[in-house]
Amino acid sequence: MIRDDFRVLVVDLTSGRGTVESLEGRSVHVGGSGLAAALFERHGQMDNPWNDPGQPIIFAIGPLTGYFPLMSKTVCAFKSPYHDQYAESHAGGRSALALRFADLDALVVTGRADRPVCLSIGSRHLEVKDVHYLWGKDVGTTGKLLRRMFGGAGHRSILRIGLAGERGSAMAGINVDTYRHFGRLGGGAAMGVKNLKGIVIQGDGTFALPEEKQYAKLFQKVHQQLTDTEMMHKYHNLGTAENVAVLNKLKALPIRNLQQTTDPEIDGITGEKFAERTLLRNTACAGCPVGCIHVGFVREKFMEPNQYFYRQVAYDYEPIFATGAMLGVTDPFAVLDIMDTVEQTGLDVMSAGVALAWATEALNRGIIKQEDSLVPLKFGDAKTYTGAVRHLAAGTNDFYRLLSQGTATAAAHYGGREFACVLGQEMAGYATGEAFFVSQALGFRHSHLDSAGYSYDQKFEAVDLDEAIEFLVKDEQERVFLTSMVACLFARGVYNKELLAECLHSVGYDTLAETIPEVSKGLQARRWQIRLATGYDPASVEIPGRFSDVSTWKGPINPETLDRLRQHYAKRIIELGRKE
Amino acid sequence: MKILTTPRMERCIGCHACSLACARLVHKRLSWDTAGIRILSSGGLSTGFEAKPCLACNPAPCAAVCPTGAYSQRKGGGVVVKKSLCIRCGACDAACPVDAIYLDPTGEPFVCIHCGRCIPFCPHDCLEMATVPGTSDSKQESKEAAS
Repeated sequence: MIRDDFRVLVVDLTSGRGTVESLEGRSVHVGGSGLAAALFERHGQMDNPWNDPGQPIIFAIGPLTGYFPLMSKTVCAFKSPYHDQYAESHAGGRSALALRFADLDALVVTGRADRPVCLSIGSRHLEVKDVHYLWGKDVGTTGKLLRRMFGGAGHRSILRIGLAGERGSAMAGINVDTYRHFGRLGGGAAMGVKNLKGIVIQGDGTFALPEEKQYAKLFQKVHQQLTDTEMMHKYHNLGTAENVAVLNKLKALPIRNLQQTTDPEIDGITGEKFAERTLLRNTACAGCPVGCIHVGFVREKFMEPNQYFYRQVAYDYEPIFATGAMLGVTDPFAVLDIMDTVEQTGLDVMSAGVALAWATEALNRGIIKQEDSLVPLKFGDAKTYTGAVRHLAAGTNDFYRLLSQGTATAAAHYGGREFACVLGQEMAGYATGEAFFVSQALGFRHSHLDSAGYSYDQKFEAVDLDEAIEFLVKDEQERVFLTSMVACLFARGVYNKELLAECLHSVGYDTLAETIPEVSKGLQARRWQIRLATGYDPASVEIPGRFSDVSTWKGPINPETLDRLRQHYAKRIIELGRKE
Repeated sequence: MKILTTPRMERCIGCHACSLACARLVHKRLSWDTAGIRILSSGGLSTGFEAKPCLACNPAPCAAVCPTGAYSQRKGGGVVVKKSLCIRCGACDAACPVDAIYLDPTGEPFVCIHCGRCIPFCPHDCLEMATVPGTSDSKQESKEAAS
């Protein structure tokens, strides 16, 4: 629905009732990241802890969601259990279109239900349903039961958490429609603490098309650009898993807790090998004809002579890096098996893999004992890792309870901080150099997608401090506008400023279309202001010693450059977030 | 006469580009529902997708039960709908054996008109216009094949 204000459903789980709020300011807050920030300012409590029942969990879409292809993602914002500060996590699936067709720009959930509930919403209904019998159920079973309990197959989105989220783990994600996730920074715990096991969003509304004549033509042009050009070939073909071989060759793939950056054994888990041996099919987020989701299979013999069952597991580069390369597991089926365990327990796959890589090295070095790890963690031993994942999700003992609050938290207690691969949170899979390490360590989401530090590392031989900082700041500014749209960042090559302006004009958002650079600056500043107001001190961020020991295709990391870049970027972030 | 068919649904990735295109181009709406072809997972995403299009019945039971003549038989199968004659009784929806008709909350019916405008939007070539045997197009095709 094209409108200058935002239509927001605010549900209070304590009372079980909701209100529809209107928020002014389309040309300032835009949608997605910007809208979530504005809603956190309105409903969040900067100084109260993440698990205060009053804290909101926010889901926001953008002005072009549903109107153009690949405008298919949702921003989830909350106060994170990981660092007790404001955080965002992004996901696709059907969540964005479901919110659009439920006639909502955002959903805000506050309060805490007195027993486990599922929130069901649509354009004409709101229900908070008691689902105490689902508490403790894994993500797959929960999904199946919620599908049976609520109507609207095909035109709804089902968000749910697993054991990790119920238990308040800072590594708990929110599963979206089986194969997508609000993975990072503990969104699952933000739901779990509210006794919110699931959210079903029914996209059952219908709207008039934009009146502007150029809309239909422009849609056709954008659709063609996104499907015909080579630009999207990578995501459609091998998918992001293509990066495994590329980064291994570049000596930039974190392997065995980043003790190596290349290894011939990685040839077993390249995107090509996954496609050849395990790929069943592709699937897509609603509203995206690219279909980058790659679904593989694992089969298991459960009885002699020939009784098997099989499971379908979606893979991408990041999960392969985290549960394959980082754990030294180089058989694709074994990697899928670990990923599936992570999936079913509701953990974030990157955090879980990187945390267990640290735990393995810690056990090897005698920093922790087997009575802590409970299983004999060993790089390459997939079976022990599936067991360890279950312990991590369940918080079986003190060690796993601490580890599930973050690798740095465990390292602070047991030691081994210097080899904890933590850049704000557990690292993403790019050992490309100083710019990436600093951009993830200090970045807003501590994500490789905040700004393209990995790209700077690959483009430039040496780091020029001022240039690198400007690159990161400018790139973040462009991305924050895209994540306010909310575009899939895979389409960033197509959706440049000019095309975004055309799209916004075609649906009637003329003011916004004409002010993209200024608005982007404002969005960037406001997000940082909130992050800083909730306690972030970029100057205090440390980059563990392991990152200085890394050697890439450019040679060893320069620790001095790394530290200077860190200090400069921290200073710049504080400037960005300074209120005028 | 040609009709819309869905012969390769095992290739479907669930992007909904076809039904969104139908809603946008044919029914002039932004919607998941007001479309002549609708996509749903066949029991969760892990089981793949199925399409809900009109199967071009001939005679069409929906046309037979329509009390006002809003629905009439389309040559070669399916129906021609004149919305101005429709009284929103919902009889067409009840008569459809494969749930191909969507009634919006006001009771307005939406059904495939076999125009094929959804086809170019499918990235995996799942959809196809097929000639109905015994109709003028098929006779023309047989001639061409013989010449």
